[in-house]
Amino acid sequence: MSQIHVITTINGDETEFLCEAQETLLDVLRDHLDLTGSKEGCGTGDCGACSVIVDGRLVCACLMLAGEAEGRSVETIEGMADGDDLHPLQQKFLEMAALQCGVCTPGILVATKNLLERNPNPTEEEVRYWLAGNLCRCTGYDKIIRAVMDTAADMRGAA
Amino acid sequence: MIKGGVHQPIAHDSAVKHVTGRAEYCDDIPEPAGTLHAYLGVSEVAHGRITGMDLSAVLAAPGVVGVLTAKDIPGENQISAVGAGDEPIFAEEVVEFHGQPLFAVVAETRDAARRAAAQAKIEINTLDPVVTVGDAVERGMPHVTAPLTLVRGDAAAGLARSANRIRGRMEIGGQEHLYLEGHIAFAIPGEDEDVVVHCSTQHPSEAQHMVAHVLGVPSHSVVVNVRRMGGGFGGKESQMNLFACVAAVAAKRWNRPVKIRPDRDQDMASTGKRHDFLCSYEVGFDDDGRIEAVDAELAARCGVAADLSGPVTDRALFHADNAYFFPDVRLSSRPMKTHTVSNTAFRGFGGPQGVVMGERIIEEIAYALGRDPLEIRKANFYSAGRDVTPYHQTVEDNILERIVGELEERSDYQARRSAVLEENATGGLIRRGIALTPVKFGISFTATWYNQAGALVHVYNDGSIMLNHGGTEMGQGLNIKVAQVVADAFQVDLDLVKVTKTTTEKVPNSSATAASSGSDLNGMAARDACEQIKARLVEFACDSKGIKPEEVEFRPGHVRVGDADIGWADFVKSAYLARVQLSAAGFYKTPKIHWDRETGQGRPFYYFAYGAACSEVSVDTLTGEYQVERVDILHDVGRSLNPAIDVGQVEGGFIQGMGWLTTEELWWDAQGRLRTHAPSTYKIPLASDRPRAFNVTLAEWSVNPERTIKRSKAVGEPPFMLAISVLEALSMAVASVADYRECPRLDAPATPERVLMAVERMRGVV
Repeated sequence: MSQIHVITTINGDETEFLCEAQETLLDVLRDHLDLTGSKEGCGTGDCGACSVIVDGRLVCACLMLAGEAEGRSVETIEGMADGDDLHPLQQKFLEMAALQCGVCTPGILVATKNLLERNPNPTEEEVRYWLAGNLCRCTGYDKIIRAVMDTAADMRGAA
Repeated sequence: MIKGGVHQPIAHDSAVKHVTGRAEYCDDIPEPAGTLHAYLGVSEVAHGRITGMDLSAVLAAPGVVGVLTAKDIPGENQISAVGAGDEPIFAEEVVEFHGQPLFAVVAETRDAARRAAAQAKIEINTLDPVVTVGDAVERGMPHVTAPLTLVRGDAAAGLARSANRIRGRMEIGGQEHLYLEGHIAFAIPGEDEDVVVHCSTQHPSEAQHMVAHVLGVPSHSVVVNVRRMGGGFGGKESQMNLFACVAAVAAKRWNRPVKIRPDRDQDMASTGKRHDFLCSYEVGFDDDGRIEAVDAELAARCGVAADLSGPVTDRALFHADNAYFFPDVRLSSRPMKTHTVSNTAFRGFGGPQGVVMGERIIEEIAYALGRDPLEIRKANFYSAGRDVTPYHQTVEDNILERIVGELEERSDYQARRSAVLEENATGGLIRRGIALTPVKFGISFTATWYNQAGALVHVYNDGSIMLNHGGTEMGQGLNIKVAQVVADAFQVDLDLVKVTKTTTEKVPNSSATAASSGSDLNGMAARDACEQIKARLVEFACDSKGIKPEEVEFRPGHVRVGDADIGWADFVKSAYLARVQLSAAGFYKTPKIHWDRETGQGRPFYYFAYGAACSEVSVDTLTGEYQVERVDILHDVGRSLNPAIDVGQVEGGFIQGMGWLTTEELWWDAQGRLRTHAPSTYKIPLASDRPRAFNVTLAEWSVNPERTIKRSKAVGEPPFMLAISVLEALSMAVASVADYRECPRLDAPATPERVLMAVERMRGVV
């Protein structure tokens, strides 16, 4: 089977890879590009552990074929911090203990970053429903929701 | 004060790696060149005789290197965690559950292996499966392990003399763990008979022993490593053995690294879950609601094999009393065999099912007498002279009166209950319910020998400290808590202490990280190692300076030696130069506990953990849909080792328990096929399901009267049962449509469908 040559942008860097037609974006991120921060929780788009942003839109990387990344801009958890400088959401999540096992954490952070870019002033209800596609089995969500609300307020204050 | 000592709210040791995606889980370990991938071929029927297994198409599929069947197991084709001999890795003649492994295919890529597995031609003469626990009882299926009966006094006589008697039954559903990281094992062959297995297990020593057994080699040839798991909840206590063994057998067979990771559907279909129960109970009580006697039978769907069903069903009996004194009591378990996947450990380990039944009994009494269930609870709490459990352990540390009293006040329970009653009396379509329920949970493994732990502490000559212990990190914060204990022991900042991956090479014969015991056991073992090293350091200081031991003191960041303050690193360096051994293996075994299963008597628990929750819900009586409006929790963790971590455990445990009792429904069809085998059909709580108001507080005044690590208490499992307050609040909302005249007998899980059916039943419609 001939492979597909894809040129895309990942976390701001132009990236080239070869993939099989049936490989998902998640397969390529994890297995070819060593970007293992995106996790496979279910492989069917139900858990959100592989959430990435493609051209500004939140998607499950397990539901997108890698070939579809051609010419697009992909943001993953690995691009969220600026070197050692954590994104305010990342900083708040660790300060507020809004994580336990950590497998859902990258997807939730990517999803909430996307939310705050769209809506810097979400209500708690909007946060809860925006995150309804990201399963967390450990925390019970409370600290996550509080961390997002707090970060949003901080970021509005800083802007 | 040192940074990161005990009782401080320190972030999880891997938090920065978690938020940046750099935390390495088993599937993230870089694969050496030549790594192969295995995938299981499983039975599509629940029960039958295998008449043919043609794997030629599997072998011919692209990328396939080979297959493994029962005859390819070098040692024994057997992975029963309790040595029951009833769990083959691969079925040979008979299949007994849908999803049972028949073979494994090994290929160059995971995708190739997964596709090839589907090419098998399996012929099975289908037999009738026994799927539900009710069917198992009716059709006389065997027990998978010996049942237990607890007796104190004479239940029959107690019932006979009671002024009031109620008999009922309750179905309590099972639960899928749905750890976000599924099962995974990665085996790397070594020289001689050696193999290293990285896997996501809560019980590395058992995985090691099981792999050795299956390979037919001594345990010393097998190393099992666990850096971290993406959740466990009991689902990775014994269930990982299958995957660890398949990966190891394949790795040795082809002498290449082999990884196995089922997809979520196979993970859910082929590995065990929480046991669902069918409970029959009879309670006798006086006109004040005081219980006179209880006689109950708790039957569990154990699935095909014993696995941990013995201790799980035992623990259900140990907790059927929850917080209440039963003067005359008889409780018996029935661990039923069914043709379903073998059920296993899950947070609470049978205890929650027992507590749910106990709380149903309280509800029955309350509705029969027309009283607030909280009054009935208070009337039956263990108290002086009424303090012996059905297993003859005396409850010595009861703090429920204070916990419940404080929560009642804090949550404004009485006023809110009045408001709920008033609003429901207006007859609207939306009905509300409120309930305040307590938890008392016994801490210790009931298998007494499991209550031991080891740790290994090295102090390097630059003053940095490596800590290793037999527990595993699955997100619960065990590593940070034990590291805090070590930092506190040496009085150094936490960043000097590095916790390394759990490995059978460093601490042998470890127990499962289970039964909430992680920090109790491993914290004490680590402290023991530290104390050994400190004793040598004190001796060194005394010898070199000619002073007495009481003149040496470990102070924050330095050591007081006579009149001199010496920095920690300098002190360690001088000890090293004086040839002081700076490494120690620590050990701990829980004191006081004993248990005789034959007589049903003993002290299986070192102590109890307590808590209480008040939940309020609103229910749409036209659809059965509901919302949890507000939850207040007051929970006892003794003197918390780390309040930030402990509050997280309480919140997470509560929500997981709420899922179990509300939306999480496992559904098998008549052919015994699990039809809820992915998050698309199996609904765990979402962020949108979080209670609208959620107030969680630790009982800061609580101190464990037993000499546990820094007087803390275990926290993993007890909060799970706080969610029973949600079930009971739903029940109250349902009862309102019939003016609370009747106990709604709302079974679990109380899905919206079940709530609606209960509403209709109360209305007398059906």
